[in-house]
Amino acid sequence: MKLKTIAAAAILSGGWLFITSCGEGVQKDEKPVDIQELASKQPETHGAEIKEGDITVSNPLNGEWVTAGKSIYEVKCQSCHRLTEEKLVGPGWKGVTKTRKPVWIMNMITNTEMMLDSDPEAQKLLELCMVRMPNQNLSKDEARHILEFMRNNDGEK
Amino acid sequence: MKHMFSRSMLVVSLAAAGFAFLQGCKPKGAQSAVGGDAAAKVYVAPGKYDEFYNFVSGGFSGQMSVYGLPSGRLFRVIPVFSVDPEKGWGYSEETKPMLNTSNGFVPWDDLHHIALSVTDGAHDGRWAFGNANNTPRIARIDLKTFRTAEIIEIPNSAGNHSSPFITENSEYVVAGTRFSVPIGDNQDVPINTYKQNFKGTVSFIGVDKTSGKMNIAFQILTPGINFDLARAGKGKSNGWFFFSCYNSEKANTLLEVNASQKDKDFIMAVNWKKAEEYAKAGKGVKKTVKYAHNTYDESTHTATSAIENEVLVLDPKDCPDMVYFMPCPKSPHGCDTDPTGEYIVGSGKLAAVIPVFSFTKIQTAIAAKTYDGEYDGIPVLKYDAVLHGEVQKPGLGPLHTEFDGKGFAYTSFFVSSEIVKWNIQELKVVDRVPTYYSIGHLCVPGGPTKKPWGKYVIAYNKITKDRYLPTGPELTQSAQLYSIDGDKMKLLLDFPTIGEPHYAEAIPAELIMKNSQKIFKIEENKNPYAAIGDNNAKVERKGNEVHVYMTSIRSHFTPDNIEGVKLGDVVYFHVTNLEQDWDVPHGFAVKGANNAELLIMPGETQTLKWVPEKVGVFPMYCTDFCSALHQEMQGYIRVSPAGSNVPLTFSTGKTEPAPAAQQ
Repeated sequence: MKLKTIAAAAILSGGWLFITSCGEGVQKDEKPVDIQELASKQPETHGAEIKEGDITVSNPLNGEWVTAGKSIYEVKCQSCHRLTEEKLVGPGWKGVTKTRKPVWIMNMITNTEMMLDSDPEAQKLLELCMVRMPNQNLSKDEARHILEFMRNNDGEK
Repeated sequence: MKHMFSRSMLVVSLAAAGFAFLQGCKPKGAQSAVGGDAAAKVYVAPGKYDEFYNFVSGGFSGQMSVYGLPSGRLFRVIPVFSVDPEKGWGYSEETKPMLNTSNGFVPWDDLHHIALSVTDGAHDGRWAFGNANNTPRIARIDLKTFRTAEIIEIPNSAGNHSSPFITENSEYVVAGTRFSVPIGDNQDVPINTYKQNFKGTVSFIGVDKTSGKMNIAFQILTPGINFDLARAGKGKSNGWFFFSCYNSEKANTLLEVNASQKDKDFIMAVNWKKAEEYAKAGKGVKKTVKYAHNTYDESTHTATSAIENEVLVLDPKDCPDMVYFMPCPKSPHGCDTDPTGEYIVGSGKLAAVIPVFSFTKIQTAIAAKTYDGEYDGIPVLKYDAVLHGEVQKPGLGPLHTEFDGKGFAYTSFFVSSEIVKWNIQELKVVDRVPTYYSIGHLCVPGGPTKKPWGKYVIAYNKITKDRYLPTGPELTQSAQLYSIDGDKMKLLLDFPTIGEPHYAEAIPAELIMKNSQKIFKIEENKNPYAAIGDNNAKVERKGNEVHVYMTSIRSHFTPDNIEGVKLGDVVYFHVTNLEQDWDVPHGFAVKGANNAELLIMPGETQTLKWVPEKVGVFPMYCTDFCSALHQEMQGYIRVSPAGSNVPLTFSTGKTEPAPAAQQ
């Protein structure tokens, strides 16, 4: 029975190879409209990786940034993140600036897909929360404002 | 491998033999029409993109569908003139005004033709226009969002078939009435006074260069005949518009016979630049009418419907040199201008020839007044004087013609079920292929423009019969893709379509995809009922109306527990999707609602009206699978008896207190 299935699959794929190999010659004659390339060049308002050296943090806190960060938090983050240690959909923010580096936090905000795909700490959180953190379309500056708000939330002055 | 290969070949040839046997009973064998490399030519590998978008009319579905070519894969059905409960179109409070008309809310129509916007006669990828055939309207679809942005009703029209064809720089889309009707103050007349009382109109709807916003610039009053299809001039004939007309007999009953009496009907040539001048010079008369003009605002995510009361009408009697008739054999249907603008191809449904008119000759005939009398006071140009020539014995029942930009025309033949390729200059047939079955419209990418993209011709068929697995009395509608790269047209693919496909246009993918919008920015959401952030989520009572300002994000609603609603209340759920990520809509439905669902795009607010009719606790949930915990995205709303003193409260999660709502 098992053998038969394999044979049938092989026959199918054999037939398929036959068909597709026929097509290659045809494709080459066509005008090169490279839609695939075009798709990869689509402008993104987010997604650029932030490097360690791109960020500087200093005290005292920038009050304007704290305020701006708070209002972004209320629209785009609050549904899932509390300002306490309590986990809702995602982890509570209390203490996040003590346990994570600024570059980690900012990449998590602006470059969520990359972090969930490659960063071990982010992946641990995904296993814990079971919801992929949404990319909320924030710019690097907006992420920086949120970081300032987080530092404020952690008691920095 | 070799062994298996030969076995597979055996299977294939057996299947082919069986098929050939079956096909042997029929007049035409489809098998012989398909080339051996057809599969490779239409195969778009998983994850790869198609080369063209194909915007296809949905016919009596009232919608517009979007396919990829060459794969024939269906990407989207854009709701236009018919309600679509799947998308909440016509069900949400925000979209209901889009379907308003002077007859009130109309939930259905019949969308026949597509016109893609053009700049300098070539596709620019900005908007698609579609016509409503039954309750005359034109819709504009924004190709950034693939959503209907505007619908304008056409007054003094009945059956908007000759529409929405477009001028060379999208200055106007047109709307020619299929039915002539009594126009003016007294419309309560005996039907058999058709010849005295019935009139036709063709409307020119202006399109704003930047916003695309439509307005009825002017209407031209015409004799009481039927307008069928139309095309704008282009290049040298830019400034003119050509409308095919039938029923020059002015019959009002049994048109099948009575409108087929005359040897020739007409193509009406309109000098629209001249009409524009007359309109500006005040030659028109403002008539009192009533029509709806509906627009969807992308910042408030809300449609508004305005009723307009006036239209400017130009009467050819007062506007000389604006309208001419050209005789055209036997009930012309298609009326298509070639990419150079020199040739106008008429297609008499019952004619044995395809007449091709010359724009240069038309101008000469007008200048020399080479008339063949008048029809209701409008000059009729002499047939021979304006004719470039006739294609002899092209086939039976010519309908529509598209062009490849290489000097060839492709005409569909309904009765003889074929596409015929012919040389425009020499008027000679060079190739023909069968269609399965009874082709109506056809489409070459860019075919109606100054710059056809060529490569394919697609047949949109009226009869499907035995082409697919049977599905009872009603079968799928069907399109067929042919390559036109070589000298011979080759059938590549059958693909099913929604509704009934009439006209379609195809456009290179790169002209559209680069502009495609991914989300609505939440910061730019100006819906008055939006809850921008959970702090703004609330429930408010206004008399017997309960307004729920709700947010949704993976994967919960805020609030998700609501109490204090009473029988007799009308509940409005205003749901704001806080997501800002591509392809993450949330849905919303509540048990027992005599309504549809909402489907809310990222950053958008949509409103569902619910009139509870029973006491109890009603579940509500997200209908669009959004995350691993989508199944948890749910809530409850409690409905108490009228007069109950349960306070209005709302909450989400244990950590939230249940604040009393503002009473």
